[in-house]
Amino acid sequence: MARETILHRVRTALGRSAGQDPPPAPPARIRIPDVSLEERIQNFRTALEALAGHVFVADSPAGALSYVAALIEGKSAVASNAPLLAEIGVPSLPGVHAGIEEREELRRLCASADFGVTGADYALADTGSLVMISSKEEARMISLLPPVHIALVRKERLLTSLDELFAVEPVPSARTSSMVIITGPSRTADIEQMLVRGVHGPGQVHAIIV
Amino acid sequence: MSLIPETAIRNTLADQRLQSAIYTATGRLVEKRKEVTSPAVLPDYQELRAQANAIKKHTVENLDYYLELFEKNVLRNGGKVVWCRDATEVADFILRLAKERGARLIVKSKSMTTEEINLNERLAHHGLEAVETDLGEYILQLAEERPYHIIVPALHKTRYDVAEIFTRKLGVEREVVIERQTLIARRVLREKFLAADIGVSGANFLVADSGSVTVVENEGNARLSTTAPKIHIAVAGIEKLIPRAQDLATFLKLLGRSATGQPLTVYTSVLSGPRRAHEIDGPDEFYVVLVDNGRTKLLADVEKRQSLFCIRCGACLNICPVYRKIGGHNYPWVYSGPIGAIITPQYHGVMEDSWLPFASSLCGACEEVCPVQIEIPKILLLLRAEVIRAKAREGKDRLEKLTFRLWAWLMQHPKLFELAGTAGAGLLGVSAEDRWIGQPPGGLAFGPLKAWLSEREMPAPAPKSFRQLWRRRRKAHGA
Repeated sequence: MARETILHRVRTALGRSAGQDPPPAPPARIRIPDVSLEERIQNFRTALEALAGHVFVADSPAGALSYVAALIEGKSAVASNAPLLAEIGVPSLPGVHAGIEEREELRRLCASADFGVTGADYALADTGSLVMISSKEEARMISLLPPVHIALVRKERLLTSLDELFAVEPVPSARTSSMVIITGPSRTADIEQMLVRGVHGPGQVHAIIV
Repeated sequence: MSLIPETAIRNTLADQRLQSAIYTATGRLVEKRKEVTSPAVLPDYQELRAQANAIKKHTVENLDYYLELFEKNVLRNGGKVVWCRDATEVADFILRLAKERGARLIVKSKSMTTEEINLNERLAHHGLEAVETDLGEYILQLAEERPYHIIVPALHKTRYDVAEIFTRKLGVEREVVIERQTLIARRVLREKFLAADIGVSGANFLVADSGSVTVVENEGNARLSTTAPKIHIAVAGIEKLIPRAQDLATFLKLLGRSATGQPLTVYTSVLSGPRRAHEIDGPDEFYVVLVDNGRTKLLADVEKRQSLFCIRCGACLNICPVYRKIGGHNYPWVYSGPIGAIITPQYHGVMEDSWLPFASSLCGACEEVCPVQIEIPKILLLLRAEVIRAKAREGKDRLEKLTFRLWAWLMQHPKLFELAGTAGAGLLGVSAEDRWIGQPPGGLAFGPLKAWLSEREMPAPAPKSFRQLWRRRRKAHGA
C-alpha cells in the first residue's frame, strides 16, 4: 500500500511510468594510479600514523608473530579464524582464544578480552584503512569490542585507495553481509571538539603488514 | 504559520559563551575542510563534486527505478524493505516488530531521518526504550534537546553542561574531564549494546546494485548497533539512493572531507542483509525502512528537486554567516543552516515558516562548499518568490503593494519627486557632517522605517541634490 503510494508519487512527480528504463547512468569514476609497493607501504604508514595508529612491517612470519606476542604478553586476546593468523602461529600464543565459531561465545569473549587479533582482507594505502569482510574466517566483533585491535594483512593486499577497493570488490553483497573500512582508532570530538580515542570501538589499532 | 523567533535569536546573539562556542566549532570545521579539499591535497576535488552532482541528479531523476532495484537486491541478500509514507508508519512498523519479537531495548546510532520523525518519543510513548549511542546524541537525549548541528549535535554544550547532565540523569559523580566523561558514556552504553534486542541506524547511502546500506561514523556506535542486536533496522529517506557501490568511491571521498575534514571517517560499514549462513556474527534480521515523509513533494520541481541531493555533511552550516550567529536551535526544524532553510519550507509548505528563505544574505558560500553542488542561493530565491506569490494570494501584501504604487506614481511626476526628496531630507534633519543615519528622526520612529534602521544605517542625503547641482552646472556653462 505505502509502497505503491510512494512509487506512484515519485513517478507522477518525475513524469515516469512503471517499468520505464532510465537513461544510462554517468560512468562510475574509478581512478587507479600506478604506485609501487614500497610507496604504498610508506603511504599507508604515514596515513595511519597520522591518526595515532601503529604500523609494523614484518619481513617474516616470525617477525609478525613476535610483534603480536610482545603486545599481548600477559593479557587476554581473541583471534579470528583467518588462515593468515594460523600460518603465522597467532592461535597458539599464550592467552589467545581462537577457533571460535559460535556467536554467543564470541561475544562473551570479545566483551572481556584486552585484544582482538584479526586478518584484514585489504588495506588502503592512501587513507591508512583496513578492510574487514565478514565471513566464517572473520567475525565482526573481534575488531570492535576489545579496546585494542591488531590486524595482519598480506602485503599483496595493500591497495592504493578506495577506487581500487571498489574495482576489486564492485558489489560487496556478492560475498558478504558486512564490509567495513576501518580508518584509525575509534574517536569522538562531540564534547567541545576535544578529540578522545576509544569511545565505543578500539582506542588503539595496530596494523601489521606481512 | 510561525513568525521569526526574534526573542530567541536575540538571546542567542547576546549569549557570549554560546556565540564563541558556535564560532570556534564551525570555524575549526571550515579550516579542516579547506585543508583536505585544497588543490595540493586533493587535486580532483572539483571533478569529484561534479561527478557526485551528476550521479545524484541521475538517481533522483530516475528514483522509482533505483528504489525498485534496491528493493530487489535487499531481498536477494535476505533482507526486507518496508515502505513508509510518514513518521507514524515508521513508528508503527518498529512497534509491531518489537512486540512480535518481545523486544524492549533499542540502541540507535545517529540518524537525522529518525530525528525528523521524532522516533524516540513515539517509541517511548509505547514503553520501548530507545537509547541514542552517538556521544553527542546521547548527551542531547539525556538533556531532552534536539541536535544543534547536523554532524556536531551537542556543539552548544560545554564539559560543565555535560557534567551536570550526567550527574542528574545517570547518578554518577560530577566529572568535568572530557576523557573521563567519554569513558562514562562508553561504560553505560556498552551494557546497552550488549543487552539490546534491536539496533536502529540511519543510512548515508543506499546502494542499489548491491542492495547495501552504507553507514559512516567515527565512534563505533553504529557498528555496535548494527552488529550486536539480533535485529538491525536501517531507517532512510528515499533520496539516499545511489546506483552502484563503485559510486561510493566518489561520495566517501567527499563526505568525510566536507563534514569533519577527514579523508575517510573511522568506520564505513557497507551492510548487505542479515548474517549469512557461514558468518559467525551479525544480525539475524535486516530491515530497510524507506521513508517518504514529504520527500516526494520536492521531486516535482525540476530546479528545486536538487535539494534532495544533500548528503548531510553540514559544510553549509559551518560556512554560513547566519548559522554562525543564530546557531541551530533558532531554525524551525531539525535541519538547520542553509540546507534547513531550503528543505524545511519545501517539506512543510512555504507559508509555514515564511521568514526562513529570507534569513540569508545570499552570499553564496554554501553553494561553494556543497560537495554535491546544490544551488542553495538559487533555491532560496525561488522560495522567496513563492512566499511573495502566496502572500499576494492571501492579500497579505497590501501595504507593500500600496507603497510601491505610491512610489511608481511619484517617480512619474518629476516635480513632485523633487519636492518629496527635499521634504524628506528636511524631515531627517541632518547636518552637513552626517554621513550615515542610524536612527529614524523623532517623527518617523515607528513602523517599517524604524525596523529597517534598527539593524542598518542609511547614507545621509547629500547637502545639495543632484537636480540642484545639475541646474547650477548648466547655468555656469551658460546653457
